[in-house]
Amino acid sequence: MQYMCLIYAAEMSGPQPGSPEFGAYIQAYNDFTTRIKADAVFVAGDALQRVVTASTVTTANGTPEIMDGPFAETKEQLGGYYLLDCENLDDALKYAAMIPTAKHGRIEVRPVMVFD
Amino acid sequence: MLPPYSLEQTIEKTVREEWGRILANLVKTLRDIQLAEDSLQDAVEAAIIHWQKQGLPKSPAGWLVTAARRKAIDRIRRAKTFAQKQSEISYLADLENTACETPELEIIPDKRLEMIFTCCHPALAEKTQTALTLRTIGGLTTEEIARAFLDSPIAMAQRLVRAKKKIKLAGIPYEIPGADALSERIRGVLAVIYLIFNEGYAASSGPSLVRADLIEEAIRLGRIVGHLMPKETEVSGLLALMLLHDSRRHARQNTDAQMIPLDQQNRAQWDKNKAHEGIALLKKTLSRQRIGPYQIQASISALHVEARSWAQTDWPQIAALYNLLYSIQPSPVVRINQAMAVSHAISVGAALTMMDEVSETADITSYQAYYIAKSDLMKRAGKSEDAKALLAHAITLASNDIDRAFLQQKLTHLSNG
Repeated sequence: MQYMCLIYAAEMSGPQPGSPEFGAYIQAYNDFTTRIKADAVFVAGDALQRVVTASTVTTANGTPEIMDGPFAETKEQLGGYYLLDCENLDDALKYAAMIPTAKHGRIEVRPVMVFD
Repeated sequence: MLPPYSLEQTIEKTVREEWGRILANLVKTLRDIQLAEDSLQDAVEAAIIHWQKQGLPKSPAGWLVTAARRKAIDRIRRAKTFAQKQSEISYLADLENTACETPELEIIPDKRLEMIFTCCHPALAEKTQTALTLRTIGGLTTEEIARAFLDSPIAMAQRLVRAKKKIKLAGIPYEIPGADALSERIRGVLAVIYLIFNEGYAASSGPSLVRADLIEEAIRLGRIVGHLMPKETEVSGLLALMLLHDSRRHARQNTDAQMIPLDQQNRAQWDKNKAHEGIALLKKTLSRQRIGPYQIQASISALHVEARSWAQTDWPQIAALYNLLYSIQPSPVVRINQAMAVSHAISVGAALTMMDEVSETADITSYQAYYIAKSDLMKRAGKSEDAKALLAHAITLASNDIDRAFLQQKLTHLSNG
């Protein structure tokens, strides 16, 4: 089963670029990615540019309406994701808990819908 | 000779007692709680017709398992398009092979433990875990569960449907957790059982203080889990705790359904059989030397049950046990209980110092137990005006009518005395 792990955190929380902790933080991400590839769980995964780069579009009123910024103005923002192929939810949650951002943010785990 | 059960009674009894065991077995094969439940319901309806014509089968539970499997096959066939059926053919063939035998209940593999861990999965809300456990393992109807939670049957039915959907779609596993997660997950299961017990023992809302049906259901669940995990000392600890608490049920409430506090209870009304069972179980469990919060709380309850009177209670031992409990579970409620034991074991002054520490470290603004305890200590310290003010505040925090009436009466006594 595929699970989408959505990585949420407040943007200024956690190790920041230039700080001594940042190197270890990036290394932890590299280690995690290596581990899930070795475990044959990894399907995809990326970090996203910061939320100031976000644009939102809707055609609810018939024509594309474009807005600056994210869809929801919340304290914690989507910063990246991993798509994992796991045995079950327990397995997915076990890996999600290893994502380095889980230490200061939250990981939302959602099963991917399968159309049969 | 005893008059035989009527057919309806036999069916009802079998369904109620064996529901969890039969359902768990079906879920293991079908991997879908909703489908298993619907199929078992179909089988029950078929049983009423068949057994009337052909008499009772040798093993009614076994008959229901077999019939439910056949009903499940029908349901899968009806629900799937032909193309999808192709991929399910081998699965259905397997299922049909297992559906041919009529197993005795004893040889139906017991999968209730797997089902309890699924129902009490932390990815489900606590109330949902509780409702689902009562439905699947306890065999309570949706209406009965709705009544227990004072919810509408529609809201409860929706909650259960959503939960079963989430289990299926999110892939919540139907298995006993691995060693790395087991103790944490057992804690979750025990919390659900104790929640059901407490909802029965001190109903959080409504006109009745005690709901015997929920108490008995919690104890029954405790026995099932204890039977399935005989090596887990905290499981036995919880069962002992529930039995010991419940042994005081009839002395805890007067004929007007008002609460009688422990120090005023008629100890002759305590249920000795339940108390003995609880104490024997606790002793056996403690001897295995794997202590935990439920065993400590059961030990405290046992000391109360063994005391001849309120005055003869072993307060120093109780205070020491609360101290041990606090080291594992550092919560204000444990500290407050410890302070009350200290007030009897050492002095009211020492207890008041502990209460001050609680109010400094925790937010007690809406914490009723704190105000009741402190009011009692103030009264015993001779400060009756403070005691009255504290009790009046506690009354504003009461959640059920009986609790409110009890505290109001206490306040009247304080004002008159």
